[in-house]
Amino acid sequence: MDYVLGVVLLACINMIAVLGLSIFTGFTGLFSLGHAAFVGIGAYTAGVLTYHWNVPFLLAIIAGMAAAGLSSLVIGIPTLRAKLRSDYFAIAILGFGEALRVCLENLSITNGARGLSVDELSGPVWILGALVLSILASRNLLKSRFGAIFIAIREDPIAAEMSGIDLFRMRLLSLVASALLCGVSGALLAHRLAFIQPVMFTLTQSTQLLASVIAGGMGSISGPVIVAFIFTSLPEMLRSLEMWRLPAYGLLLVVIMVYRPQGLMGYREISSFFKWRRAK
Amino acid sequence: MFLQTLVTGLSIGGIYSLMAVGYSLIFSILSFSNFAHGAVIMLGAYIGLALATQLHLGLGLVVAGSVVGAGILSVCNERVAYAALRRRRAPSLFLMISAMGCSVFLENMVYATIGSRFYTFPEFFKRQVVHVAGSSLSLLDLFAFAVSIGAIFALHIFITRTKTGIAIRAGVGDMTMCSLMGVNTDRLISIVFFLAGAFAGVAGVFLGIKYLVYPTMGWVTNKAYIAAVIGGLGSLPGALIGGLILGVVETLVSTYLSSVMRDVFSFTMLITLLICLPNGLMGLETEEKV
Repeated sequence: MDYVLGVVLLACINMIAVLGLSIFTGFTGLFSLGHAAFVGIGAYTAGVLTYHWNVPFLLAIIAGMAAAGLSSLVIGIPTLRAKLRSDYFAIAILGFGEALRVCLENLSITNGARGLSVDELSGPVWILGALVLSILASRNLLKSRFGAIFIAIREDPIAAEMSGIDLFRMRLLSLVASALLCGVSGALLAHRLAFIQPVMFTLTQSTQLLASVIAGGMGSISGPVIVAFIFTSLPEMLRSLEMWRLPAYGLLLVVIMVYRPQGLMGYREISSFFKWRRAK
Repeated sequence: MFLQTLVTGLSIGGIYSLMAVGYSLIFSILSFSNFAHGAVIMLGAYIGLALATQLHLGLGLVVAGSVVGAGILSVCNERVAYAALRRRRAPSLFLMISAMGCSVFLENMVYATIGSRFYTFPEFFKRQVVHVAGSSLSLLDLFAFAVSIGAIFALHIFITRTKTGIAIRAGVGDMTMCSLMGVNTDRLISIVFFLAGAFAGVAGVFLGIKYLVYPTMGWVTNKAYIAAVIGGLGSLPGALIGGLILGVVETLVSTYLSSVMRDVFSFTMLITLLICLPNGLMGLETEEKV
């Protein structure tokens, strides 16, 4: 039972990060190959605070979240202001992630590449609470005026700009919102696994986040969250097939793009199915 | 010492240029970043390795085999992963995701089947060095540099002087118009992918000889993106110059400053360049059109 609970909690932590990337890629339409870096920043900030200074867990989570948000400003302000093409942006944020990993591996406060052992603090209440809060917060953000603006930018940035939307500020807002969620996810992850290492936050992790968002469906909150749950828990059940997991993710991305670009839920929410039934 | 560093930098830069050319070619015709290019380079290296260790071929045949193999792979990659998207005019975000998927798939298939072992090429050059002006230059470095420059020059002639080359340049300008003029665009795109794959094959073999062959060696293509961006995406002379600049700067940084910070430095350079000079040194206007 403990094992099943552990898997479910890990899945929930991943769901928060996927939710974050979904705001940025699924709703605002920008491609990111570096969101694992924000998870890493959240994890390391919270981890270092509780490890070296015994900061209360809640404060550590908030600090992790804030650090991820601030670092997203560092990379977001110059690149988004320059209105880079989406590919340039993806490469720039990839570079940011790689540079961050090199820094984490060479700092003494993070214990370098050997990794940092922290206390296991995040219990089910913390994780489930954070998940529910994150879902509510992103739902509210996306139902608001900002959500409509994000979708307008995704569908046609030029038309959106012509209707008076400040592309830079809105894209930055979306990036910061997604980084904040990734930061929370990182802080919880660090104190769930009780051990973090720079290699946990590389391109592979970013790809898994992206795969969940795409497979779940662009422009949907529930789709990616459901898929993130499946993607985290399924490999746990099929441990013997571990080495085939990543090829399967890659293949899945191609197959989805070729045959079903809308993904599992594509531009819909799970709640819409129930409404549809009632209307009928 | 400085001359030695410079030549090492130029030879690495030559390989970066080879990778950047392939990447830039595909970018210029389909305007998306082919993230699978690194995987094709890696497979090119494995093909070369198989030819060299199993069949004991010489360097020339190894390079030729890898060029053909990687070229065909690259065409298959396009047919399977991009053709359907391209035909229904999907946004370039989708093509990029598909490319990322290919890259993850190919890399991890190699992990799962061949394994994560590091392989070395047999020594083609027996660590020969030439002494020029008091510094010893590796023959491999000089050779890699010469081949890279030669190959890119040949491509330049092909693009500017032949009928297919003219069709490619027309396709870069306007694909729809090009097909209205009677150019078979599917075939054209296959040719472009074959060329890109061929260059990836050469780059893969040289990378493999200079360093090692392993599943994630394609990650070095991140450097090719940087090189292409420095030179200006979609420009062949730009890719060459960008690659050489990046190679030399990186080698200087790791020799005189710190080898750990080399990659951080490259990425910082990339971001700075993107902000100050988004079209690169020789790039065309890349603002997304209405």
